[in-house]
Amino acid sequence: MPAVLEVRDLAKHYARVRAVDGISFEVAEGSCFGLLGPNGAGKSTTIEMMEGLLRPTAGQVLFRGAPLGSHYRERVGIQFQTTALQQFLTVRENLAFFSALYPKRRPLDELVALCRLEEFLDRDAGKLSGGQRQRLLLAIALVNDPEVLFLDEPTTGLDPQARRNFWDLVRDIRAQGRTIVMTTHYMEEAYVLCDEIVIVDHGKTIARGSPRALLAEHYDDSVLELPAAEAAKLGGSIPLKDKGDTVEIHTPDVNDAIARLLAAGASLASLRIRPRTLEDLFLELTGRELRT
Amino acid sequence: MSGFWRRLRAATWARSLEFLRDRSSLGWNLVFPVLLVFGLAYVFSGPGQPMFKVAVLAPPQAALDATLHPFLATPQVQFYREGAHEEALHKVQLQRIDMLLDFTAAAPRYWVNERSPKGKLLEQLLRGAGPPLLAREQTSGAEVRYVDWVAPGVLGMNMMFSCLFGIGYVIVRYRKSGYLKRLNATPLRAFEFLLSQLLSRLLLILAVNIAVFAACRWLLHLRMEGSYATLLLLTALGAFSMIAMGLVVSARIASEELAGGILNVLSTPMMVICGVFFSMDGAPRALRIAADFLPLTHLLSGARAIMLDGAGIAQIGYHLAALAAMSAVYLSLGAALFKWRS
Repeated sequence: MPAVLEVRDLAKHYARVRAVDGISFEVAEGSCFGLLGPNGAGKSTTIEMMEGLLRPTAGQVLFRGAPLGSHYRERVGIQFQTTALQQFLTVRENLAFFSALYPKRRPLDELVALCRLEEFLDRDAGKLSGGQRQRLLLAIALVNDPEVLFLDEPTTGLDPQARRNFWDLVRDIRAQGRTIVMTTHYMEEAYVLCDEIVIVDHGKTIARGSPRALLAEHYDDSVLELPAAEAAKLGGSIPLKDKGDTVEIHTPDVNDAIARLLAAGASLASLRIRPRTLEDLFLELTGRELRT
Repeated sequence: MSGFWRRLRAATWARSLEFLRDRSSLGWNLVFPVLLVFGLAYVFSGPGQPMFKVAVLAPPQAALDATLHPFLATPQVQFYREGAHEEALHKVQLQRIDMLLDFTAAAPRYWVNERSPKGKLLEQLLRGAGPPLLAREQTSGAEVRYVDWVAPGVLGMNMMFSCLFGIGYVIVRYRKSGYLKRLNATPLRAFEFLLSQLLSRLLLILAVNIAVFAACRWLLHLRMEGSYATLLLLTALGAFSMIAMGLVVSARIASEELAGGILNVLSTPMMVICGVFFSMDGAPRALRIAADFLPLTHLLSGARAIMLDGAGIAQIGYHLAALAAMSAVYLSLGAALFKWRS
C-alpha cells in the first residue's frame, strides 16, 4: 500500500535535549500505525511534528509525497490525550462548533452513530464519564472526515470496558479506510489494533514492524510463571528468571518444561503458561528502569 | 459564507454561550456595578465632605501659596492650577469645583456659582483672608450630583475589570487546560480566535452595561445631557481597547496567578489615576500625563462630557481618537505576541 505519511530523518533538538534524533518510517494508507516508547522517549514530540503542530529541527514529514502545507490541518484529525473543552457547552454544541471550523464536514448524525453519542448528545460536555468524554473527543477529531486520524494515548485512564469499547470504535473507523496513527502505553492495545508499530527510545527508532512479526523475530519461546516457593524445589535444574514473588521459565518446549517440573515434585496448581507479549519485547528493548 | 466568517461566527458564538451559561459570573457582572453605584451614592450624598476645591489661573512662574494671595494658605481647601479659563468656569457652573481664582488679568477676579452653598462659604473665607481684594464674578448652573459624576466612573471601572480579567483569565485558562492546543490543531487562525474572543466579550459587555446603565438611570435619575448613540460609540471603543489590552497580557502566559498579578498591576493604577471616584483636576502633572496613556481615562472623560455636558462626537473626538489608536496598538501587539501554547 502507498505511504500516506513519510517521516524522513526527523529531529527535534532543544537546548539540552535531543528529543527526537533522526527518526524515519512510513505510514501505509489505510493502516493503523502505533508509535510506542517509554515516557520521555520522544514519541509525543514525533507525533506532534507529524501532526504539523511542532516544527522539526531537521528532517521532514511528507503527506502524500509533499511537505505539510497550509491545508494539512483540514485533512487530518487529532485526538489529544488530554483536551479541555469550553465549559457549559453540550456535546452537540461542541460538535457543531468544531465542525464549523472546517470546509469539509461529516454529517452530525453519522458522527453520532459512529462514536455512539446518542445517549448524551444534549448533555453538558463537562458532565460526561471518562469513556463518554473520549468518544466525544474522537468524534471531534472526525468532524472533518479526516484522511489521517492521530490518537495520542486515547485510552489512558479508561476502565477496561471503556477501553475495549474504544477499540471497537477504532476498528470501525479503520474499516472505513481511514489511516490511524496512535501512541499508547498499553502494549495489549498496540497488539490488538496496530498493523505496524515503531518503538522509539532516546529519540531513536529501536524496533519497527508488525507486532506479530516483531515477536516472531525476537522470540521463539513461551513463558511459564510459577510461585518462587515451588521454583525452589527445582534445585537449579531449569534456568529461571527471578520476578520477585514469582519466577519465569522461558522455553521453546512447554511440554518438556512441564515434565521436568513434575519430575522435580513442583506443584502446577499456580502455574501460568503464556506466549510472549509485546510488553515483554518492549521491556526487553527499553529496559526496566523507571522513566519520568 | 466564507471560511473566515464561518469560523469567526462559530468561535464567537461558542464563547458567548459559555459566558451566558455561567450564571454566577453573569449575575455578578450585572449586580455588582449597580450595588457599587448605589453604595457610593449613599456614602457621598450626605454631609461631611470637608474638602473644597478651588481652581487657580495664575502666571506659570507664580507659586500657588500665600505669596500670591493670603487666601491660598487656607487649610481644608485644595487649590490647583488650571490652564484654560473656559474649562475652569464650566466646572464652577457644574459645581464640580467650588471657586475659580484668576490672577492672570490686570485686576484679579474670582468666580462662584450663585447656587453653590460651598461657593458662598468660600467667598466668606476669601473676604476674611485680607487684601488684595478680588473682583467678584458670578455664574450659575445646577449642581452635578456626585452620583451623576461617579456613575460613569463606576460603570467604566466595572467594564475595565470585565474586559481585562474576563478576556485575560479566560485565554490563560484555555492555554493552561490545553484547549488552545486543541484549537491550534484546527484550521482556526490565531487572529480569528482572538477576534472571536474580543467580539464575544465586547457584545456581552455592551449588553450588560446597557442594562446596568438603564437600571442606574432609572433608579438614580442619572443626568444624561448628550446622545445615547455617541455614548454607545464611546463605550464600544473604550471596551474594545481594554479587551485588546487584556489580549496583550494573555498572549503567552499559562499561569493564572501570573496573569492575575499583571492584570492587577494594570487595573489598580487605572482605578486610581483615571478619575473613577475623584476628579484628577489638581493631581500632579506627571500623573495626569500617565493617565492620558490609559484607555479608562478617555472612556471616563468622554462619558462625563457626554452625560454631564452634552458633548457630541466633535467635542470628544480627542478621546475617540486616543481609544482607537490604543485599540489598534494593543490588538496588533496581542496578535503578534500570541502563542497557542506556553
